[in-house]
Amino acid sequence: MPAPIRLRELIRTIRTARTQAEEREMIQKECAAIRSSFREEDNTYRCRNVAKLLYMHMLGYPAHFGQLECLKLIASQKFTDKRIGYLGAMLLLDERQDVHLLMTNCIKNDLNHSTQYVQGLALCTLGCMGSSEMCRDLAGEVEKLLKTSNSYLRKKAALCAVHVIRKVPELMEMFLPATKNLLNEKNHGVLHTSVVLLTEMCERSPDMLAHFRKLVPQLVRILKNLIMSGYSPEHDVSGISDPFLQVRILRLLRILGRNDDDSSEAMNDILAQVATNTETSKNVGNAILYETVLTIMDIKSESGLRVLAINILGRFLLNNDKNIRYVALTSLLKTVQTDHNAVQRHRSTIVDCLKDLDVSIKRRAMELSFALVNGNNVRGMMKELLYFLDSCEPEFKADCASGIFLAAEKYAPSKRWHIDTIMRVLTTAGSYVRDDAVPNLIQLITNSVEMHAYTVQRLYKAILGDYSQQPLVQVASWCIGEYGDLLVSGQCEEEEPIQVTEDEVLDILESVLISNMSASVTRGYALTAIMKLSTRFTCTVNRIKKVVSIYGSSIDVELQQRAVEYNALFKKYDHMRPALLERMPVMEKVTTNGPAEIVQTNGETETAVLETKPPPSGLQPANQANDLLDLLGGSDITPVIPTAPPSKPASGGELLDLLGDLNLTGSPVAAPAPQIAQPPFLLDGLTQPLFNDIAAGIPSITAYNKNGLKIEFTFERSNTNPSVTVITIQASNSTELDMTDFVFQAAVPKTFQLQLLSPSSSVIPAFNSGTITQVIKVLNPQKQQLRMRIKLTYNHKGSAMQDLAEVNNFPPQSWQ
Amino acid sequence: MIKFFLMVNKQGQTRLSRYYEHVEINKRTMLEAEVIKNCLSRSKDECSFIEYKDFKLVYRQYAALFIVVGIDQTENEMAVYELIHNFVEVLDKYFSRVVSETLNLLCNIFSLSKLW
Repeated sequence: MPAPIRLRELIRTIRTARTQAEEREMIQKECAAIRSSFREEDNTYRCRNVAKLLYMHMLGYPAHFGQLECLKLIASQKFTDKRIGYLGAMLLLDERQDVHLLMTNCIKNDLNHSTQYVQGLALCTLGCMGSSEMCRDLAGEVEKLLKTSNSYLRKKAALCAVHVIRKVPELMEMFLPATKNLLNEKNHGVLHTSVVLLTEMCERSPDMLAHFRKLVPQLVRILKNLIMSGYSPEHDVSGISDPFLQVRILRLLRILGRNDDDSSEAMNDILAQVATNTETSKNVGNAILYETVLTIMDIKSESGLRVLAINILGRFLLNNDKNIRYVALTSLLKTVQTDHNAVQRHRSTIVDCLKDLDVSIKRRAMELSFALVNGNNVRGMMKELLYFLDSCEPEFKADCASGIFLAAEKYAPSKRWHIDTIMRVLTTAGSYVRDDAVPNLIQLITNSVEMHAYTVQRLYKAILGDYSQQPLVQVASWCIGEYGDLLVSGQCEEEEPIQVTEDEVLDILESVLISNMSASVTRGYALTAIMKLSTRFTCTVNRIKKVVSIYGSSIDVELQQRAVEYNALFKKYDHMRPALLERMPVMEKVTTNGPAEIVQTNGETETAVLETKPPPSGLQPANQANDLLDLLGGSDITPVIPTAPPSKPASGGELLDLLGDLNLTGSPVAAPAPQIAQPPFLLDGLTQPLFNDIAAGIPSITAYNKNGLKIEFTFERSNTNPSVTVITIQASNSTELDMTDFVFQAAVPKTFQLQLLSPSSSVIPAFNSGTITQVIKVLNPQKQQLRMRIKLTYNHKGSAMQDLAEVNNFPPQSWQ
Repeated sequence: MIKFFLMVNKQGQTRLSRYYEHVEINKRTMLEAEVIKNCLSRSKDECSFIEYKDFKLVYRQYAALFIVVGIDQTENEMAVYELIHNFVEVLDKYFSRVVSETLNLLCNIFSLSKLW
């Protein structure tokens, strides 16, 4: 058989292949030749063949049949053979293959070889692919080599030790004595690998960390020598002496100085020196500065040093080099939590980075901008961010939109600004807004009572032009359904009211229903909105009836169900229709994840949730909700609380199912987490006639009695939901003058949930001649002791009075 | 920690690859193809660090050859950028004319192994 071709030839041949198939063919031919050569046990050419095999492996072709050949090469006495054998072992073998254990003996012998290069090869291979068994067997040898005076071997042994520690952490103590003298070396190679070894040990074990803290002065000295020493040709990189070692030492200092005052103090000087003396014209200098900044921010450095670090980052931001700007933005993001004010100073530069062409930089700048928004700069920042939203890539739009919503919610200077911002986001990036944003927005809109007319007008104008952006259309349909009467009556204070007729409104909602671009969810919104308008509009009820009945035979099951139910409302239950389709009450913020949490204050034990009811003057719809209560209370149907949205068709079905469906669809259908907590509770209130409760015989208490105002609490426990306590308060006035504009507010600890229903009136007549009653429901799932803080405001004798009190005397039966 | 070190040409052919973590052989080719795609789509004024899956790519272009290093969060990106240049300088001194795809570089793959 002719001598196998050399690697050089093989590479040349493969290069000439013009297609992938041709290359594969060549390689397969060569593999076959190599295989037959291996079978012949040819010692002379084995080295060459394995080399070719390794090249083919690198290109992505399987080469497992060469593994045993590698072992044979390792066992050979020739250095050239051993070299290729070890290389092959590193590339082809790992602990997954059983054959690797056969190497252990070879490596052991080679670790004690007379030639340092062979020893070096063995150390390299062990440090690359040694399994835990091999490491355990050979750790002793490695440790011996770590103490040798030969620097070539010492540095390789240190890296091998790193690998051993990674594989078998228990062996760390074995290497401890050898590390004593490691830092005394002059050779940079040994120094570098020793620092790596020390870093690894410190990261893995807190005891080691404490032990090595005493090395800080020595490390500081080494670093100082590196900086101060003159030009050294073998270590110079663009004018700086061994930057790689400097970076490593800085990193080790970072780990040692974290959370430790003494070490941090010892480092202060050297860090300041590095920060000021390093040349920044080349990338090398900037790399060192970057590492220094990271170290300063991580240890307990003094404030002057921290300011220096942030200023360095600020300088980086102004640099022309993209890499440096990217690195600066990344570090600023890490530090913005701790040194907020210092980073604020660079806000304008960061905002400029939003306009950069580079995608990575833009993303970093966007994240950093959101972190920097606060009450003072929110208007300016929002303008920039909205402009960014207009022009950024689609992959950013979702994150940017969510970020804008969060920031707007936290820092909105006025309700109108908030709504304007939301509108802007919906119209520019409407299709990228996350699904859970829709219910949050709707809740926000219901909360800003005075803006309803303005909001609905703007939303109407927005979808008039374009109704393809689903979240926008969903919010708009919901609002039009709720506030359509405000829209047609043209009563908007904030801007020029537009003239809209009822038919025009119905036109737009119908086009949403018909359009191909509308998702099923959106169609559901639109249909419900049309239905709600039947009570708010006066002249188009017949048109609405027609639309609703058409969809009774829609292919979409969801739409069909709704249409059929609404039809039933028109026919059999027409007397209920006005009450059922009344304005939604102001929704509470539920304490779940998302924007709701931001409104909460910290601290588990503090009272966190303050529940207010809108002033009685705006309570006309809520009073009718009370009528609704009476309505249900008066009926004889046994309360059934649907735990999930009912899926059975409800044509002429039970009253409760009808109510349940409407209630759930009145709130957004997407049914995200915040809402799931609500339906059982709301339904609980509406379907649980208070009169049905067992009078548990809980004693009533006087919660407050001052200045002639007396408030009494009476308790009832709901028998279907044992963690709900229903408290009825009665406020009476024993003075000679009436108390007017009486508002009762209550707050409970975070583990509770509170629901305040509307009071009977806002005037407490004098001389105890009448009382105000109000119902409070408290959900107490953890059965903790009930505590409540109450706030009372009222007008009495011409002056406004306000008082805060804590109610602690709840009887145990009310919450156990 | 450095995850891998690649030298890939503009056409996507791998000239050198070294993985420091186990990656399946078929996944390697896919990874290399994706990585080179990411690097080729960058323009001159964009920075040399790309966020890719859960690690970062630091790349540098030398004529028709891309050198790409995959690192994780603990590494200093700028230092690795400098390391790549250092590596090329060393090869240049040792073999002369590294930048062009001469056979010298690849045929001395044995010597290259010493650098690991």
